[in-house]
Amino acid sequence: MAESKPIHVLQLYPRDMNIYGDFGNALVLQRRLQWRGYEPILHSYDPEDEFPEQVDLVIGGGGQDSGQDKIQQDLLRIGDRLHTLAQSGTPMLMICGLYQLFGHSFRTREGREIKGVGILDLRTEGTDTRLIGNVVAESKEFGEILGYENHSGQTYLGPGVQPLARVTKGEGNNAKDSYEGARFKNIVGSYLHGSLLPKNPAIADFLIATAVQNRYAEEIQPQIDPAGSAQPIDELTRKARTTATRRPR
Amino acid sequence: MSRLSSAPRTLGTTLGSASSVLIGRAARAVTKLRGGGGSAFPGLVVEKLDPNFLARTLHRLPRGVIVVSGTNGKTTTTKMVVELLQGQGLRVFTNRSGSNFTRGVVASILEDVKLTGTLDADIAVLELDEAHAVHFVKAVRPNHSLLLNVMRDQLDRFGEIDTTAGMLRTIAAHTVEAVVLNREDPRVRAIAETLDTQRVDYFGLSESLRGHFPSDDDFHSGPAGTAEHPHADVVLEELTEGGGRFTLDGESVSTSLTVNGAYNTFNAAAALAVVRQALGETVDPRALIESLSKVSPAFGRGESLTVQGRPLDLVLVKNPSGFRLGLSSFAAEGVATMIAINDNYADGRDMSWLWDVEFASLAEQGVRMVSGVRAYDMALRLKYDDVDFDAVEPDLTLALTRFLDENPDRPARIFCTYTAMLALRKRLGAYTEVEAF
Repeated sequence: MAESKPIHVLQLYPRDMNIYGDFGNALVLQRRLQWRGYEPILHSYDPEDEFPEQVDLVIGGGGQDSGQDKIQQDLLRIGDRLHTLAQSGTPMLMICGLYQLFGHSFRTREGREIKGVGILDLRTEGTDTRLIGNVVAESKEFGEILGYENHSGQTYLGPGVQPLARVTKGEGNNAKDSYEGARFKNIVGSYLHGSLLPKNPAIADFLIATAVQNRYAEEIQPQIDPAGSAQPIDELTRKARTTATRRPR
Repeated sequence: MSRLSSAPRTLGTTLGSASSVLIGRAARAVTKLRGGGGSAFPGLVVEKLDPNFLARTLHRLPRGVIVVSGTNGKTTTTKMVVELLQGQGLRVFTNRSGSNFTRGVVASILEDVKLTGTLDADIAVLELDEAHAVHFVKAVRPNHSLLLNVMRDQLDRFGEIDTTAGMLRTIAAHTVEAVVLNREDPRVRAIAETLDTQRVDYFGLSESLRGHFPSDDDFHSGPAGTAEHPHADVVLEELTEGGGRFTLDGESVSTSLTVNGAYNTFNAAAALAVVRQALGETVDPRALIESLSKVSPAFGRGESLTVQGRPLDLVLVKNPSGFRLGLSSFAAEGVATMIAINDNYADGRDMSWLWDVEFASLAEQGVRMVSGVRAYDMALRLKYDDVDFDAVEPDLTLALTRFLDENPDRPARIFCTYTAMLALRKRLGAYTEVEAF
């Protein structure tokens, strides 16, 4: 029997920041690790919980304003741990609310300044306009990225991060420039859910490959097909993506 | 006592209403001639010409107005409330045609109202979409409101769950006499804290049933358990074969139901609670249960048809909670399952919700057919839950034909989103008698 190779996945604040199918991202990472012979160990981290010792991959999702208020203090409390992980190249996926709070600050519509953890060089402003709808974006690194946005905070990138992609349909970070998301070290920040990873396996596999490389200094198998079923997952994914590109905003 | 808040205006009312009614009917006739099915246009005309028409007409009803709102189950619950009241001998006006917004209500009134501007009814029961209800209750303050739940299916329309809860809070605040709240939904239950003058009654679940009805919050963090549950006037105690056992103010009553599914049984508790509140001591409890057992499902909600000699259930799914409940309400064993997912405007465009539903309960039987505009999103979802499926066919007509042909002698069940259900229902008309909508 092959020895077990655990990969520790830390899900930040699933209780308060889970609103748009963020669970799907966790599931996709777990399955794609399993299918390649690794043992995913999912740690749910909620405010006041003990921060796990071993962390190979970090994911975080979106919440309502009330959810963000609940976790913000705790996020600052664990900020040093997250900074250390980020600097050492730990792959991370931050969607929507936690993408915003990974930046420097969020200025609410009322002018209140909410401090972010400052890992990503970006700032967000609350607005009265909600950017809602299907998004198609083009990334050099991951190809076409498909998802769905729903946010009233608008984000502006600083020079310390790269945009994740350029939007061809939808708004992305804000209503002014055409950027969507942010890239820094091995962190992917994005407004897109849908969930993001099921239809964008290139991003899922980047996160997994990086975690496996960091932990075991080995490369992952590119092809996966669980139990060799009649409908290969790559084909289903391709068809789901084709549909997504054709749907109205 | 039970009159609506603002005083009825009498001066010129009769003349005003007569002309509004005539103008509205003319607009309706024009709409129909032009081939439009739109029920809102005549309402719009009257609303522009005579903005007080709605309030004035509804104010005259001797027992006032009951508003039903919430994200899930409005249509079935409204139908139950109407039929329970009719069973008590009342004449009930309702907005049945799915026009659950102000103009739709005006349009419905135009169909029923006399030229004098009076409705031939004792009470109105109105199903109102949350966002529209906020405007409606400012124009017409209801005597009673029944607030069902806040689930996350309409996030892409309203932005946030808390925004929707805020809308229900506004409805409660504008209610004159009393509100009925779902004590199992923390966001609805919390509305009570914001009210000072209105009486509050609750409907709820027994401790043992709470696990059957997981809320969105429970899904991610485990049942809350510790929250205080206030006393409920009507409690659904247990789900029985084809019905439920309820406690009505301490008295236990079992009944069979014509509607199916656990969530419709819970909707029955909601309907009982608001009717008891509206009628008070004058309610006839035996007639109440008698009427309840006969309520047939609202269009498409938990509908059972017979197709080519086999039973076929259509189960409407439109959000994670509803889908989870649909899966846990009906056993998969021995049944051919099809899933049809569309993402048209009325369904919600965001597919994220499929990832907040666990499909493990289908793993053993598998799924025969996956269909709808987002068939491949659904298939991918099943794949990640290790649920096998035989075929994926986005075209609903082709999928339905193949599904029926390939599964001739087993009961069939189709989980479908709203517009997928409309299409399937139309198609099923070729096989069986389907009630006209």
